[in-house]
Amino acid sequence: MLAYVFRRLAQSVAVLFVMSLLVFAGVYAVGNPIDILVNPQSDQNEIARATAALGLDRPLFEQYFVFIGHAATGDLGRSFAFNVPAIGLILERMPATLELATAAMLIAVLLGIPLGLWAGLKPRSAAGRTIMAGSILGFSLPTFWVGLMLILVFSVWLGWLPTSGRGPTANLLGIPVSFLTAEGLRHLVLPTANLALFNLSLVIRLTRSGTREAMRQDYVRFARAKGLTETRVVGVHVLRNVLVPVVTVAGVEFGSVIAFAVVTESIFAWPGMGKLLIDSINVLDRPVIVAYLCIVVALFVAINLVVDLAYSWLDPRVRPGEAR
Amino acid sequence: MTPARRIAAEFAASRIALAGLALLALVLLAALFAPWISPQNPYDLARLDLLDSRLPPGARSAAGAIHWLGTDDQGRDMLSAILYGLRTSVAVGLTSTTLALAIGVSLGLAAAWFGGWLDALLMRIADLQLSFPSILIALVLLAVLGQGLDKIVIALVAVQWAYYARTARAAALVERRKEYVDAAVALAFSNARIIFRHLLPNCLPPLLVLATVQIAAAITLEATLSFLGLGLPITQPSLGLLISNGFNYLLSGHYWISAFPGIALLLAVVSINLVADRLGEVLDPHGPQR
Repeated sequence: MLAYVFRRLAQSVAVLFVMSLLVFAGVYAVGNPIDILVNPQSDQNEIARATAALGLDRPLFEQYFVFIGHAATGDLGRSFAFNVPAIGLILERMPATLELATAAMLIAVLLGIPLGLWAGLKPRSAAGRTIMAGSILGFSLPTFWVGLMLILVFSVWLGWLPTSGRGPTANLLGIPVSFLTAEGLRHLVLPTANLALFNLSLVIRLTRSGTREAMRQDYVRFARAKGLTETRVVGVHVLRNVLVPVVTVAGVEFGSVIAFAVVTESIFAWPGMGKLLIDSINVLDRPVIVAYLCIVVALFVAINLVVDLAYSWLDPRVRPGEAR
Repeated sequence: MTPARRIAAEFAASRIALAGLALLALVLLAALFAPWISPQNPYDLARLDLLDSRLPPGARSAAGAIHWLGTDDQGRDMLSAILYGLRTSVAVGLTSTTLALAIGVSLGLAAAWFGGWLDALLMRIADLQLSFPSILIALVLLAVLGQGLDKIVIALVAVQWAYYARTARAAALVERRKEYVDAAVALAFSNARIIFRHLLPNCLPPLLVLATVQIAAAITLEATLSFLGLGLPITQPSLGLLISNGFNYLLSGHYWISAFPGIALLLAVVSINLVADRLGEVLDPHGPQR
């Protein structure tokens, strides 16, 4: 097991390295940020001075080695637009994104599992069919458009919820969070619903098919023959087997929730790192784009690692160390 | 019964799938004939009148024409804009899916047939790519490439090819152990002939289902990227850009500018998904489930 963990760690570092190279080469190969950053009236000398000051006059591979050298010490460059360390900008925005993503994932799992169980136990009932139809719709609806319609209905027409921003935040262990203030919680509702929709549908489908599969198994028949109550059969024996794939998918999907937060944050003006990325792409703020990608890639690699380890712990039939 | 007829008959056994197919036909026809059935050419600036801007659905323009779905901030008829936008969205979805299918399947079949380092290399790249959400990869590519119809197609192809490569490889690995492949090898056919004339036709069913699903995914992804301002330029507005434009007027209650293009997008995606769902059941070797 320990050997497996180490091998996965080494793989993760390799992935990080390859991605940093690709991202750096890609992002730095195109466009000249100087055009955007310097006053258009400035003369040749000023432009040359600014280029040298930012290190943009050196060859690309040299820029990359400088970048890697700094990255090793936690310095991912200075934002061209804000003139502060890029990593600081990202880390400052990260709690907002993580709060949104966590809330969305919690909703998806806590609501999706009971709904999926219901649809799986009573597939032919009106409720079961409605749940499934809803989940198909949840898959097909374009996330960004749902966000707009949520704003239209709940903010513009009904006037119940705010349309943008995080609202006032309270500090939890030094990190600003929205869900501890009533106003912040109101700001959290629509973006969370928007971001949760896709994964809610996914969890419902997974739980439903898992439940239908499990109900046919011998152990369920045996548990019933033993005279266990239906609540116990479903709540303990079925649920435990259904949970394994759901937990795995929820873990893997957490990464894509963070990626899709880019869309939700743009709609609801949620001050997270996804909105920062879009703003940075629009002004060609390379260091911030690269820093965002490095941090997100690192986050993904970490999530995948944790999910793999959790999977082998949840389901002892999976022994990653020996399987390959 | 020929296989094609059997598949058609089984497909038609599901009423929901038939409804989806009818809807899909309607969407495709509307996209194809948009220039002829639109009430106005939405991008002919001479025909637009700012006096008509932001008219609600069903209102009459200064010239007396009825705008069934209202007008946008430029006085553009929304129904016409949606038909043109649908045309762009469908064209981008079909083009990128076809290209990705061709590239991905060729690479996947080559990986399965030749094996060795080629297989290892291609599958490593595919795995690496598939471990990141498609929207993230597309965002990065577009940040690098910039805007444009060709750029968005490149980004969509880059996002999709790995799915086809993986599926084609998996199917081909099963097929290549069969006797008809041995026979083709014994006849000393060229590698290309065996791959494309013998392996490919037998690997098609799962690829067709995947391609159908991916058209819907490509259309949605393009709309999302255009909504974020990274997809198509303003001169070729797809549904995503129309929705994005409507967002600016949403807070003042002019809902129709973004609601209706969204409904058009939804109809296109739902109809494709319904067809794909049934196609998957019918082409499944274990037979359709009811």
